[in-house]
Amino acid sequence: MSLVPFFFYLFSAVLIGAAFMVISARNPVHSVLFLILAFFNAAGLFVLLGAEFLAMILVVVYVGAVAVLFLFVVMMLDVDFAELRQGFLRYLPAGASLGLLVLVEMALVVGVWKIAPASLVNVSAPMPPGMTNTMALGHVLYTQYAYLFEAAGIILLTAMVGAIILTLRHKPGVRRQKIAVQNARTPAEAVEIRKVPNRQGI
Amino acid sequence: MTSLTGLNSLLLTFGKSVALLVALLIFIAYVLYADRKIWAAVMLRRGPNVVGPWGLWQSFADMLKFVFKEPVIPDGANKGIFLLAPFIMGMLALSAWAVIPIGEGWAISDLNVGILYIFAISSLSVYGIIMGGWASNSKFPFLSALRSAAQMISYEVSIGFVIITVLLCAGSLNLGDIVAAQDTRFGLFGWYWLPLFPMFVIFYVSALAETNRPPFDLVEAESELVAGFMVEYSSTPYMLFMLSEYVAIITMSALATILFLGGWLSPVPFFPFTVVPGPVWFILKVCFFFFMISMAKAIVPRYRYDQLMRLGWKVYLPVSLGMVILVAAVLQLTGWGAGMGQ
Repeated sequence: MSLVPFFFYLFSAVLIGAAFMVISARNPVHSVLFLILAFFNAAGLFVLLGAEFLAMILVVVYVGAVAVLFLFVVMMLDVDFAELRQGFLRYLPAGASLGLLVLVEMALVVGVWKIAPASLVNVSAPMPPGMTNTMALGHVLYTQYAYLFEAAGIILLTAMVGAIILTLRHKPGVRRQKIAVQNARTPAEAVEIRKVPNRQGI
Repeated sequence: MTSLTGLNSLLLTFGKSVALLVALLIFIAYVLYADRKIWAAVMLRRGPNVVGPWGLWQSFADMLKFVFKEPVIPDGANKGIFLLAPFIMGMLALSAWAVIPIGEGWAISDLNVGILYIFAISSLSVYGIIMGGWASNSKFPFLSALRSAAQMISYEVSIGFVIITVLLCAGSLNLGDIVAAQDTRFGLFGWYWLPLFPMFVIFYVSALAETNRPPFDLVEAESELVAGFMVEYSSTPYMLFMLSEYVAIITMSALATILFLGGWLSPVPFFPFTVVPGPVWFILKVCFFFFMISMAKAIVPRYRYDQLMRLGWKVYLPVSLGMVILVAAVLQLTGWGAGMGQ
């Protein structure tokens, strides 16, 4: 009895079920939690494929960081979702035709893809023998495609700086905390010791 | 092992897991007791001393008390998530132990990316807190949950960089290989705590913040937030939160043992000490690290929340990032790195 197909079907079934629940759950917090379940099962599929590094990164990045932010936002919003869903039937034809359009476009694009013969070799033997998963990925990213990888990093950095610039505002008249000044305070200037006469007070 | 078929190896793994779980839970019971005793000793109190000789059965008595109490679910709570949160928390905390090697080859799953697995699992424990805080439908738990989530995410960043420096030195993501890389003839002084001492300190402080221990226990700052995200919990669900908190602390101690204190290796690598089985050293080192964590609770006053955030983002993040670059540069220039030339 081999366990791999059993787990493959288990993970796949839960993944599809959870993905369906993401769009059909009434409560948005439940949606996000189902999304997390879906991420988890995708990570399980990666493990079955022997890509354990990708599986762990999926959990660390998507479940551990991205979905937490989703959950934050959804929990803080006080939106009446029953109201949002009211016009569902009215918008259904427009939404369905848009979805169909995107599906046809994607089919057209993917259908004419030509796959380079060099990459087919990589697909059939993703890991050179005697190498762990992580090392193989490292060789591809940091040796074979080092410049492209760094370019991607710089693009991300630019986006981050841009987002900070857009939201950074220096308001005049705001009192800011000066840590150095706080740390430089001594008991001599911060504390005054008074002798309080009995039955008189200060 | 190769003669075992799929089902048999599954049963064997199951048996090993149950054995580890029981051992771990008994260990946790005494860790809890030790925490209270150490804290009491610093404050010149006696600590738990009534149940059993020297109070040794206190934790079990507490457990029974929690189990037999009535679970109260608040009226406006989201019942499913409210009950799911403590179970997720407990399950995640315990599942990190699947990859921790207690002795040489003594891990349930000798994963190639073991350290990443632990990192992933510990980054998930924030969900238990957020879910519990939100589902309670009460403002103090929710505020506490938000705080805790921000705190854990912030300190995970510096823990990640600390782990990266160790990985650079060890040249592997496998926990067993990381310990094996520290096996030098210098014994105690060959472990990574000495060459990476700043990172060891950062890891220690970040571990305190990551597990919401004092002085960073702002999550349950009773002066501001009643008692944190588990205010509305009672009986067994509360016990699961408490249990997972202590399991997380022990996991952090075990991780520090593996990364910096040489795992199951003997501190003095010559005859009478090398015969002592590895798990004994491992447990002793875990206890040592836990003692340091426990002492921090007893002697350091609580931090302010803005100070905590400043420390995480403006001090530890740049320092640990700089150390990653420094360590990588040193390893590259000297050729000391374990994975070099492959």
